[in-house]
Amino acid sequence: MKYTEEHEWLRVEDDLVVVGITEHASEQLGDVVFVELPEPGTTVSRGDEVVVIESVKAASDILAPLDGEIVEVNEVLADDPGKVNEAPLDDGWFFKMKVEDLSALDGFMDEAAYKDFIG
Amino acid sequence: MADLKRTVFFDLHNELGAKMVPFAGWEMPVQYGLGVLKEHLHTRAAAGLFDVSHMGQVVLRPRSGDLADAAAALETLVPVSVLGLQEGRQRYAMFTNEAGGILDDLMVANRGDHLLLVVNAACKEADIAHMRAHLSDSCEIEVIEERALIALQGPKAEAALSRLNPYAAGMRFMDSANLGFFGEECWVSRSGYTGEDGYEVSVPNGKAVDLARALLEMDEVEAIGLGARDSLRLEAGLCLYGHDIDETTSPVEAALDWAIQKVRRKGGARAGGFPGAARILDELENGPTRRRVGILPEGRAPMREGTVLYAAPEGGEAIGAVTSGAYGPSIERPMAMGYVGTEHALDGTQVFGEVRGKRLPARVSPLPFRPSTYKR
Repeated sequence: MKYTEEHEWLRVEDDLVVVGITEHASEQLGDVVFVELPEPGTTVSRGDEVVVIESVKAASDILAPLDGEIVEVNEVLADDPGKVNEAPLDDGWFFKMKVEDLSALDGFMDEAAYKDFIG
Repeated sequence: MADLKRTVFFDLHNELGAKMVPFAGWEMPVQYGLGVLKEHLHTRAAAGLFDVSHMGQVVLRPRSGDLADAAAALETLVPVSVLGLQEGRQRYAMFTNEAGGILDDLMVANRGDHLLLVVNAACKEADIAHMRAHLSDSCEIEVIEERALIALQGPKAEAALSRLNPYAAGMRFMDSANLGFFGEECWVSRSGYTGEDGYEVSVPNGKAVDLARALLEMDEVEAIGLGARDSLRLEAGLCLYGHDIDETTSPVEAALDWAIQKVRRKGGARAGGFPGAARILDELENGPTRRRVGILPEGRAPMREGTVLYAAPEGGEAIGAVTSGAYGPSIERPMAMGYVGTEHALDGTQVFGEVRGKRLPARVSPLPFRPSTYKR
């Protein structure tokens, strides 16, 4: 598992990168009440706003961590956005993306570095 | 958080794991461990305890000794009937300005030999200056600093408070009375700002924490923060000053005409005689050009404060804007309030809110979103 400075986690599954947010981020957001997901097939660049999360407090964006194509989104979140709080690391995932080169993941933090990052 | 004021409950909030935030010059709990959603639902299911000590408590005492003189004086600043308020009763009011806008909204109680006003924290200093400027000839104006204010709200509030003083159960909605708790005289009203039955208790600072702890020890009572207070009041269709009402919105535009009794309207025995009467009385007769309405988004995306409203999915001018918007935990859908031109204010009217560049469908909806459960 790798981590971004935007508090996303990245996990490789069947040559795809699965993206979600960390427990820390889900706690900071508060109760999630709405998730707007991208269309599968969308080509994205690193830093693009691809997901909107509305919590009881405010709206926030999830950014594409890498260049690539969104191939699958977690449709369950449309009806059950609370999954982001209940299980941010598994059932609360947002999307899977296809990237050119999986070695690009090496540039992100590992768990120990992320723990240092959030203090 | 330097320069922020703290209520007498500050240490208790921290002990309870509150997340503290700045609010109107005070350091206040926005949520506790349960989180906003569960705190909201707990209040609707059982009883929630709120620290509202940041709000201003002001006593008006008639210099003549005759309460009618203080009531008549206050009527020069508010469009409601204060003279018609019976002893032991409370009602909602608002200070208006010469343009017919709202300077603050407040509660006023007739407590026999004086009036007790509860005003918003953010407006407190301005309200006091306003009253000193206009009411000093007829009233002594006493700002109550030595009392905290708590609200206990929800279907089990009566059971909880009655355990400490059985007389609480005998009060009905908007009654105001003195009840003893921990040997101290507390000023209790059966009211609140959540749409729930419940009480507000003004308690001397020295016993405030004891009272709060006694309530929190009860199974049905949880501490509730400002986050849930906001979603509770929005589901109940209640205005938040500075957002849904302000110096530019008249009481009639704000759909608060129910708070203006007939006696203060055209043809009434004490018609007018408050700031902005010309505009407000005219709007009561002929209707305002815009109106505060409930708005229910048809999708799941919340429409937050500032969301611009349109009549059509494309093109056309804006017809209004959202002034409060959030997710309603009890109605399990997003909800909003805002102002639209009167021609769009009818219940069921289709409107569109622009969220992140897209116009999303919504409908004008009756308020409250969730029926209130006051014990009338």
